[in-house]
Amino acid sequence: MIMDQIMSFFKIKKSVAGMIILLFFILVAILAPYIAPYSPTSMEFMPLEHPNSQHLLGTTATGQDIFSRVIWGTRLSLSVGIITGLITIALSIMMGITAGYFGGITDGILSMITNIFLVIPGLPLMIIIAAYITVKGVMTIIIVISITGWAWGARVLRSQAMTLKSRDFIKASVIVGEKSSHVIFSDILPNMLSLIVAEFFGSALYAVLSEAGLEFLGLGDANAVTWGTILYWAQNNQAILLGQWQWIAVPGLCIALLGTSFALLNFAVDELTNPKLRRR
Amino acid sequence: MKYVLKRITFFIVTAWVALTINFILPRMMPGNPAQAMIAKFHGRLNPQAIHALKIAFGIDVQKNLLLQYIDYIKRILTGDFGISLSFFPSPVNQILSYAIPWTLGLVGVSTVIAFSIGTLLGIRTAWRRESTSSGIIIPIFLFLNSMPYFWFALLISYLFAFKLKWFPLVGAYSLNIPKGFNLARIASILYHAILPACTIIITATGGWLLTMRNNMISVLSDDYVAFAQAKGLPDKVIEYKYAARNAILPSFTGFAMALGFVISGALLTEIVFSYPGIGYILYQSVLNLDYPLMQAIFLFIMIAVLTANFIADLFYALLDPRVRTGAE
Repeated sequence: MIMDQIMSFFKIKKSVAGMIILLFFILVAILAPYIAPYSPTSMEFMPLEHPNSQHLLGTTATGQDIFSRVIWGTRLSLSVGIITGLITIALSIMMGITAGYFGGITDGILSMITNIFLVIPGLPLMIIIAAYITVKGVMTIIIVISITGWAWGARVLRSQAMTLKSRDFIKASVIVGEKSSHVIFSDILPNMLSLIVAEFFGSALYAVLSEAGLEFLGLGDANAVTWGTILYWAQNNQAILLGQWQWIAVPGLCIALLGTSFALLNFAVDELTNPKLRRR
Repeated sequence: MKYVLKRITFFIVTAWVALTINFILPRMMPGNPAQAMIAKFHGRLNPQAIHALKIAFGIDVQKNLLLQYIDYIKRILTGDFGISLSFFPSPVNQILSYAIPWTLGLVGVSTVIAFSIGTLLGIRTAWRRESTSSGIIIPIFLFLNSMPYFWFALLISYLFAFKLKWFPLVGAYSLNIPKGFNLARIASILYHAILPACTIIITATGGWLLTMRNNMISVLSDDYVAFAQAKGLPDKVIEYKYAARNAILPSFTGFAMALGFVISGALLTEIVFSYPGIGYILYQSVLNLDYPLMQAIFLFIMIAVLTANFIADLFYALLDPRVRTGAE
């Protein structure tokens, strides 16, 4: 049955497009040392050069090759997005399924917490937390985004867990006397796998955009090579007023494309699992 | 009535949580950041301001946490947010009251426009989902929705303000025009708002579109829609009066989260355009480690989002009788 789902997943054009973009970035990240013409941190070049044959995207104010920085930046940007997405979805699963499966007071309390986190706007909270944390770095960003981003997934997974719980095969497991942990891990989780996958892509999209926003504001590690920090330095050196638009356009386009690939995958999995959304 | 009470309780509890987060965060962080801040401003602040800061950020060792907390709540309830450090010696309140109208105007108007366009397009693309135009619109809006707001803001400011010089690059109004309520000033304000507003509208519309489209498709497969079609009602009536009216309901429940996204995006947009609203001030306060101002802005954003959410919930009750009567 899972094979069938995977097969039909590849029949949807949106998922194929999403997979191709994602694979492209994964390849770029892996092959960065071979693709990038120069070291991303070397400052040996003339500063603020416009795009030319030596420097496809020009150079930064400190004489770094922008093209090489974008290539190398794929590594951190992509991995932060995926890792944060994984942590976020893990939090969502924990909160959502616990609330949905146990119900009663547990559900009352967890749902209240979820609803509160759902209302708190992510970025302002992230900015505040990141501004208080004096240690700037990739870990900080991952933690801050995961803490603020799990609530939506938790809500979706909770209602799914509640529906599953009322189904006969789960009831049977409970009546036979299986432990709660067994019911959750062997009966409930596998049956909502596609939903979890969809939510993971949703979280990854959220993570990639939040990461870019935080780094753009200078709340990340300004020395790390990521797409967000490239934009941070571009803005700080007034790339626009210097007419260096490619310095901003290309890393931002990478963020938008990676985001789109996650959004397409999320959309496709959603379309696949929700029979009402499927094309007739 | 029970529903309204429930919403009010949620409002109060969430506001309290936000207040408490604000209180706990600086006290939780290793190496109290406020200490660093006071060291930074040493000599520039009078002893009174330093004392107020110490109370606000828990360096006041004489008192235990609980007393500090009570003090803090008292101060907030009386609207006393202390003195800003980056705009010293202006009180935080004064800075906020200057910045708030700009953000409310910009975000308010662009959210309403984005919501209307997105919802309408969502209805259309769901109704004609087999058409090629729908097949193209969805990926386009997925892309627009996945763009970082600030990046899109930078690009259109480069193109329309720097290259073509059609619109101003930064700011919310022209400084050459006398202050006060006159046509020239209003025109200047609108003129300055176009690019920031477009950024928010173009990036935010996709979210509303997708929500509405999915709701609409679910509703369209319901029996009563099939019945309406069997009855031979005109398509327009079924599309708008039967399906869309029901499909729009979840858009209101999703309002809080969507608004959170829009506000986050608007903050970044303001920063790019140096638009003197809350986001720009928040950025300034972060750059200058102005914790009192940061705290106040976070609280303001929270209260604003909660209020908007509360209003959306009331609307929801008005639109959906099931919510009012408590029936499932």
